[in-house]
Amino acid sequence: MTEPPLLDIRDLHLSMTSFDGEAHVLAGVNLSVRRNEVWGVVGETGCGKSLTGLSISRLVPSPPARYLGGKILFDGRDLLSLDEAGMRNLRGHRIGMIFQDPTTNLNPAFRIGEQLVDVALAADRRNPDILGVAARAGRRARRRAARDLAVRTLAEVGITDAAERIDAYPHEFSGGMRQRVLIAMALIGRPDLLIADEPTTALDVSVQSQILALLAGMVRDHAMGVILITHNLGVVAKACSHVAVMYAGVIVESGPVAAVLRKPSHPYTRALMSSIPTSGVRRGELKGLPGQVPNLIKPPRGCRFAPRCAQAAEACRAGPPRPVDIGGGHMAACLKPGPAAEAA
Amino acid sequence: MLVLERVSKEFRGRRSLFTSGRTVSALRDISLAVERGETFGIVGESGSGKTTLTRLILRLDMPTSGRILFEGDDMARLSAAAMRRLRARIQIVFQDPYASLNPRMTVHDIVTEPMLIHRATLGLDQRTRTARAAELLAMVGLAEQHLHRYPHEFSGGQRQRIGIARALATGPAMLLLDEPTSALDVSVQAQVLNLLHGLQQRLGLTYVFISHDLSVVRYICDRLAVINRGEIVETGQAEDVFRNPANTYTRMLLAAMPDLPSL
Repeated sequence: MTEPPLLDIRDLHLSMTSFDGEAHVLAGVNLSVRRNEVWGVVGETGCGKSLTGLSISRLVPSPPARYLGGKILFDGRDLLSLDEAGMRNLRGHRIGMIFQDPTTNLNPAFRIGEQLVDVALAADRRNPDILGVAARAGRRARRRAARDLAVRTLAEVGITDAAERIDAYPHEFSGGMRQRVLIAMALIGRPDLLIADEPTTALDVSVQSQILALLAGMVRDHAMGVILITHNLGVVAKACSHVAVMYAGVIVESGPVAAVLRKPSHPYTRALMSSIPTSGVRRGELKGLPGQVPNLIKPPRGCRFAPRCAQAAEACRAGPPRPVDIGGGHMAACLKPGPAAEAA
Repeated sequence: MLVLERVSKEFRGRRSLFTSGRTVSALRDISLAVERGETFGIVGESGSGKTTLTRLILRLDMPTSGRILFEGDDMARLSAAAMRRLRARIQIVFQDPYASLNPRMTVHDIVTEPMLIHRATLGLDQRTRTARAAELLAMVGLAEQHLHRYPHEFSGGQRQRIGIARALATGPAMLLLDEPTSALDVSVQAQVLNLLHGLQQRLGLTYVFISHDLSVVRYICDRLAVINRGEIVETGQAEDVFRNPANTYTRMLLAAMPDLPSL
C-alpha cells in the first residue's frame, strides 16, 4: 500500500450535451488502480463503463463531452490537463487499449505485420528500449527490429507460426485470433496500464477463457495494471482481482473481487447477481431488475438507484450517498449497506 | 413435433467462376426429435452450424440429404400452399433486436405484418388484426399505447418483446429462438427469459432455443444437443448433460464457462 497508485481517478464528472439537454453521465467516479491489479468494471449498458475507460485515454470527443470536475492522475500527472501531444505520448506506449470488436479495429487493407510494426516504431520513438537498436541505426534496421518484435509479441499472445502469419491480412484470421492481434498491438509498447473494453464479449466461451488466461499471464509478466470493462460478472469472477460496479455514472460498490461477490452490499450489485441464471435457480424464478436506467438529463436527486431499489427509504432520495468502507477496502455507496433482509 | 432424420447440409465452394472448389460440410448426420411443449436447446460455438440448422428448419435452405418432419409431414414434400400454412406454425425470434425490427414501421405494422402475410390461413380482417396486436403487446408486457410508436423509442429489452409479439402473431406452435437474449443486459435477459417461460406455460409453445450461453441454456431448456463442427456430439436432459458431460468437447465448453459459483 506504500506505492502510489498507477491510476487515480478522483471525483470525475463528465457531461454530454444532447438535443434534449445536458446529461450528467459520470457523476463523481473514484477509482484507483495499482500495478498487478486487474479491475473489473461492470454494469448495465449505458452506465458509464466505457466512458470511464475512454476518459483515461482521453478519447471522449469534446464537445459534446465536457469534464465538469475531477482529476485523472496517471503516475501523479493529471491527464485532464494534458494537451493532445502529451496524450499521444502516453497512448499505445504507457496506456494500452483493447476494444470490443476486433473486426473493426484492424485495418482490413493492411497486413497484420505492417499494423504491428507501425505501433512498434511509434512506441520506439518514445522509448528506444522497446526495439533495442542504437539511436543512429538506419530505417531499415529499425524496421527489421520492429518486425522481429512484432513476431515475438504475436507468439507471446499465442499465435502459432507467428513468423508466417504476420504477413496475413486481418480477414484471414478468426475472431479470437484478431483479438489476440489487438492484444499484441496493445502490449507491444509495454504499457503500464491496459484498458480492455469488453475484450471477450464478441468471442466464444472457449476462446474467451484463453484470452482471459493470456491477460492474466501478461499482468504477471509485465506488472501491469488493468481495467477490464465487461458486463459479465462471470468474467469478473474469473479474471479480476478487484471489481467496481457502476450504475448510472456512479461506482456504487467496489473492492476485492472475493469480498464484493461473496458479500454484495449494494442492492444493485445483488440485483445484478441474482439476474444471472445459476444451477440452483428453478425455471421462471429468475429475479430480474424491474424498471429502467434513469434518464441522466434529469437524474434522481438522491441515490441514482433509489427509483428501482426495493429498500429505498426517504433518506435515500435526499442526497447522493457517500461510499463507505465496510471492511478491507470494500466500499459501498449505500445508506444501508450489507446483505438484504430477504436473502439475495 | 419436429424430427430431423440424418440431416446433412453441404455448401459447394467456388474457386473461380467456372471451377467448383471443395465442398464444405456444414452439418453432418443431424438426428434429433423435439417433443411438443418442451424447450430444446441447441448449443454450439460460432461456426458450429447452429445458424445453418435454423435455416433448414425454417426451410430457407434445403438439406443436402436427410428429412425434416414437422408434425409428421416431410417438409421437403409439402406443396407450396401447405408450406405457406406451415410457416405460420413455426416462427422465429432473432438475436439482435436492433437489427430485426424495421425502423420505418410502427410497432402496429411490425406485429400485424405476419397476420397480413398469412391472412389466407388466419382469415383476420384489419380490425381484428389490430385488436390482436394490442392483445399480443399486453401478453409480452407492453401496452396498447405502444402500438403507434417506432422501434427507436424502445429499449433493447422492449424491442425483443416486440420481436416476440411479432413471432406470436400467427399463433405458432413452435418458436425458434436464435440467441434471443445475447444482445441484452443480464437484468433484462432475466425478464425476457421469464417472459418466454410464462408464455410457454400459457400457450403450450414448443421452443427450439439456440444459444452459446450455457448458463441460460441450463436455466431454460429441458433437453439439449451440443453441436460442434456440424455434428451433434452430445444430447440428453439438460441437467444430466451439465452434471455429467460425457463428451470431451462438452466438458471443455463447461470448463470454459465463466460462472459465479466458481468463487
